[in-house]
Amino acid sequence: MNSFWLHPSLILILGSLLLLLVPTRLKRGYLLLIPILLFARILTMARGEFGQVHILQWTLVFGRVDALSSVFGYIMSLMCILSTLYGAHVRDDWQHIASWFYVAGSIGCIYAGDFITLFLFWEMMAFSSVFLIWFRGRRESLFAGYRYLLVHVAGGVALLAGMVLHCNAPGNDWSFNLLDVHHPTVAIYLIMAGFILNAAVPPLHAWLPDAYGEATFNGSVFLCAFTTKTAVYALCRGFAGMEILVVLGVIMALYGVIYAVLENDCRRLLAYHIISQVGYMVAGVGLGTQMAINGACAHAFAHILYKGLLFMGCGAVLHMTGESKFTELGGLWKKMPWTFVFTLIGGLSISAFPLFSGFVSKSMIVSAGFEEHKYWVGFLLLLASSGTFLHTGLKVPYFIWFGKNKPKQETWDRAGEPPWNMNAAMIIASALCIFIGCYTPYLYKMLPYPALAAEYHPYNAYHIFETLQILLFTGLGFFLLLKKLVPDPTISLDMDWFYRKGWRVFLWVAHKPVQAADTFIGELYRVAGLVPLMLSARVAGLFDNEVIDGAVDGFAESIRGIGRRLRFAQRGQMQQNLAFAFAVAALLILAFLWYSNALAR
Amino acid sequence: MKLAKLIEFLRDRLKAVTLVCIGVLALLALLDILFVSNEEAHTAIEHIPAFWSIFGFVGCVLIIVLSKWYGHLGIMTREDYYEDKDE
Repeated sequence: MNSFWLHPSLILILGSLLLLLVPTRLKRGYLLLIPILLFARILTMARGEFGQVHILQWTLVFGRVDALSSVFGYIMSLMCILSTLYGAHVRDDWQHIASWFYVAGSIGCIYAGDFITLFLFWEMMAFSSVFLIWFRGRRESLFAGYRYLLVHVAGGVALLAGMVLHCNAPGNDWSFNLLDVHHPTVAIYLIMAGFILNAAVPPLHAWLPDAYGEATFNGSVFLCAFTTKTAVYALCRGFAGMEILVVLGVIMALYGVIYAVLENDCRRLLAYHIISQVGYMVAGVGLGTQMAINGACAHAFAHILYKGLLFMGCGAVLHMTGESKFTELGGLWKKMPWTFVFTLIGGLSISAFPLFSGFVSKSMIVSAGFEEHKYWVGFLLLLASSGTFLHTGLKVPYFIWFGKNKPKQETWDRAGEPPWNMNAAMIIASALCIFIGCYTPYLYKMLPYPALAAEYHPYNAYHIFETLQILLFTGLGFFLLLKKLVPDPTISLDMDWFYRKGWRVFLWVAHKPVQAADTFIGELYRVAGLVPLMLSARVAGLFDNEVIDGAVDGFAESIRGIGRRLRFAQRGQMQQNLAFAFAVAALLILAFLWYSNALAR
Repeated sequence: MKLAKLIEFLRDRLKAVTLVCIGVLALLALLDILFVSNEEAHTAIEHIPAFWSIFGFVGCVLIIVLSKWYGHLGIMTREDYYEDKDE
């Protein structure tokens, strides 16, 4: 090991372990101190490769600090300060611990220089973030959490399989760099599947609205920033120029918009717009030019702030009123006018209004599309930005703070401006959104190709007029078709149908074809019993009765037992089980890696 | 609560606010036609007068109509759809 290098994630991990010991009156200060220390550490980190650890035959690199990882590390740690401030009044230490471990996982991924380190932190993210959903405490959040975890474990397995296949192939090592995107192998596709699942690329996206709509009010603020953007980072690093990502990104951008029209829950609507916005970044990665990668990074940077701000605004409404559905809200401008203004700033930023952050970042990707003469990319992404303003800039503020709907009396009585720390977080995030939009060098200097970014000028007459016309005429369309947009108390079926209803198909298979086969075999036995081979028939019958039925009954009984336990399982118990299962899985993985490398030698 | 007062002030004069908004839209399209040069346009279609206004409006209407049509194909369903009736 080379000389001591303090890994930024370590600050969060140690900080969260010590949190339990901090006396209550010092807790709020401590909650701010640790993320600020993290941010300071990241600001002072020199470029280079640090934290190399040799284990068995591998060299793990914990600290690859270069232009790409620095910009992501910067914004992640900044967001950690804001999100922690936003939830600082929450008394439950475990929520803070879960969110800090989650951020630590994300930052660990960003600075990881090899696949093994990346994978370890990748899984740490999934297993800590699920608690942000469970802590909501509702029955639905328990189930949503399990679905979230199962989907991410599946993605993790794909990633692991891809890694092992890729890195054991001749000529490859375990370092995590740009992959051969022009001649993708099965291994590369598997790695990509693991990454795009976390980036919520359709059809692997349904976990996102499912989970983010169900998490705690401040948990969603964390969730919306880290998982998808860490995946964008990983894609930037490994898959720049992968053609298929352009198509997937454009599909994503529009897919999120379509579902947002149908959505009745404001946080699920925002979640669909994460998919839409990450679509821009994925398309940027697919285009792969320096301009496009700059755009993807800039947009991720801006997105983390404005999406955090939007989730803060809607989280404040949920926190204060207990409601997040448009059909249960309305007319809140009298009670929460400042929350309205902050949410509107988030809405204008995501819609790329001039002077707001989205304007200076999104346009880079669109321009990169036009410059590559992929006109359909440019036009379809601009169409998606019309949809973005339609929902996030207009529908969300209108149906929560205005609209004809009257909330229930108790909702109305509960409503009011949120605690000071939530307001403070929203003020800072709003200020940053406007600052980035007005003073472009702040963001552009941090991008991976700063010289190119310095030559890019978003504020020219044509671009400003193009954007303003698209957005304001979208506004006209919104008010003309307002009646069509009044939300209905419905949910929308999405890809999660397949795993939420799929078990019914499984049951049907068990009921119908398996039963038919069973009857058929029974009939065969009967017919066989008529021929003079009575003895063998009797043996077969015995086998059928004792072994097969016994096994089937026993299996069914144990499944029922597991089902019964799952149904009534308390949270704590299940968490222990999961932690245990994960520990076993991690040991198995390590054993496998060691074994496969020993063979290779 | 000065901010709430301001919003109330604007709400009481909804007609005037609407007129101002329509005025802004018209002015925007007009300025674009008269003054903004099309040098930076990427494609020929952008030379249509006030192209981006049309694009924004038609795009918005398309998104709403197509999404609603898609939703009513059976994608939008009752809220307790996933709840297990056996329990």
